[in-house]
Amino acid sequence: MSWFEMLLPPKIKTSGSFGKKDIPEGLWKKCPACSAVLYRAELERNLDVCPKCGHHLRIGARRRLDILLDESPREEIASSLKATDPLKFRDLKKYRDRLSEAQKRTNELDALVVIKGELKGDPIVAAAFEFEFMGGSMGTVVGEKFLRAADLCMEQDIPLICISASGGARMQEALFSLMQMAKTSAVLRRMSHRGIPFISVLTDPTMGGVSASLAMLGDVIIAEPMALIGFAGPRVIEQTVRETLPEGFQRSEFLVETGAIDLIADRRDLREAIASILGILSGKKAAVS
Amino acid sequence: MNLNFLDFEQPIAELEAKIDELRHVGITSDVSLTDEVARLHSKSIKLTESIFSSLTSWQVSQLARHPQRPYTLEYIDRIFTGFQELRGDRMFADDSAIVGGLARLEGRPVMVIGHQKGRDTKEKVYRNFGMPRPEGYRKAMRLMEMAERFHLPLLTFIDTPGAYPGVDAEKRGQSEAIARNLFVMSDLKTPIISTVIGEGGSGGALAIGVCDRLLMFQYSTYSVISPEGCSTILWKSADNAADAAEVMGLTAQRLRDLGLIDEIIEEPLGGAHRDVDLAAENLRKALLKNLDTLGAMTIPELQEKRYHRLRQYGVDNFQE
Repeated sequence: MSWFEMLLPPKIKTSGSFGKKDIPEGLWKKCPACSAVLYRAELERNLDVCPKCGHHLRIGARRRLDILLDESPREEIASSLKATDPLKFRDLKKYRDRLSEAQKRTNELDALVVIKGELKGDPIVAAAFEFEFMGGSMGTVVGEKFLRAADLCMEQDIPLICISASGGARMQEALFSLMQMAKTSAVLRRMSHRGIPFISVLTDPTMGGVSASLAMLGDVIIAEPMALIGFAGPRVIEQTVRETLPEGFQRSEFLVETGAIDLIADRRDLREAIASILGILSGKKAAVS
Repeated sequence: MNLNFLDFEQPIAELEAKIDELRHVGITSDVSLTDEVARLHSKSIKLTESIFSSLTSWQVSQLARHPQRPYTLEYIDRIFTGFQELRGDRMFADDSAIVGGLARLEGRPVMVIGHQKGRDTKEKVYRNFGMPRPEGYRKAMRLMEMAERFHLPLLTFIDTPGAYPGVDAEKRGQSEAIARNLFVMSDLKTPIISTVIGEGGSGGALAIGVCDRLLMFQYSTYSVISPEGCSTILWKSADNAADAAEVMGLTAQRLRDLGLIDEIIEEPLGGAHRDVDLAAENLRKALLKNLDTLGAMTIPELQEKRYHRLRQYGVDNFQE
């Protein structure tokens, strides 16, 4: 920031042509919650949790899986699945164009990444939503990848972990995307009968069709602090009830209080928490220290 | 303008009004107008046929929520005997946006569950415009599990704009309530036939719609989001609802072409509301036929088929 920009009041700074809300690719990043300017390398070491206020910044699917899993082995599942758009959906833009834009921007083919790996030496399958890919929306590719992840878990009798970050069903796949809710729920039902653990991790945001299917069906449901989680979006609710929503409504803390989720875990403790829970669910004896 | 008719139904409404008037004159005077009435009547039929032969998806969306469209209880009245409504989720409340209970279809014991909308303002509010809260879905789940225990085929009727987007609904876990129903229905040990009778609105519809056979009335719709909602999000304006309806392919015909539904139930000329008895009769026949087909299967067969069906959704929409 130049000395001149420093002199400007914040409003002008953020809306003017020289001001940008955050500083991409730079050495510094501003915390969206407390506005503290943070040294990027330090923030990354802290797993993108603001060291000043504890705000959990949104991070991508691969980063999440990288944090969760042991360094090796890792094997990506169904990585080549790609939507073909038989509906030829078009709104202001073609769905195909939206897809290729998202693919270029995120370097992913769709909004779910699935990796078979290990957590503290025990094999697991982990899936994570890429929110930057069309809002992490669930279409047929996401549904199919989730299904294959669960199939693999049943085949090898290993647990499934899914880290959600999604606006809901993908409108551009119309009723096909709605049916992915039924598809993912059905495979989880089968997995549940087989006694295979499913840990659902909810991150900011987990809404709509994803929330109302696989995300809420975990044997254990864990949320990151302050994540927005719900069925209807806050704006839709405000329009329906014509009143301002209470502070903290649909946030993780609210969901613990209303009994919708089991616990809130800090991103830096998530790996430990999941490993411990899975250890108990799998009936393994822990070393007494 | 007749408020009980939609825009594109107005020419029919005018003609029908004229026929009524002539009939009235015919009764009160000596002039015989029988021929004229018959002529106008056949004209009305032709007009209706012509209007209904080329409906846009948006017009079908409007028919699906026509103010006079028959609702679940009207069909239950006409099709079933011995209907005993069962209420409450045993946890929090009874939700009148969903009705359900025990009934007989041609003597066969069944469980029925459906969304319920209200006709007049007071009833609309009482039924919350057919938008269920979590307790509605939990009541439905209670009845589904009861159906399983007592070996009753489950018949569900879908007619909702969507699950209620309200503060209380969120507080009580709307997402979980919907998800749990999908989970339970996916392998419920009894045949399930779902019929979209009006509006099939998103997750709120699917939450009672995971099934072995999915039927739709000719002028009903089923979609992931309402045309208005889709327009607002993708076009950034509420004015493109007609475009959204078209591109989402939410009509019965389109959904059958896409392989997403099994069967279309024909509606009387001009829509179900023009002849509710006939619509109910068509529904009754369709239900009986499908019950017979499903009844020929064992429960494990049924479960396996349903599971396979759910797994197959959308497999032609991607490549490796």
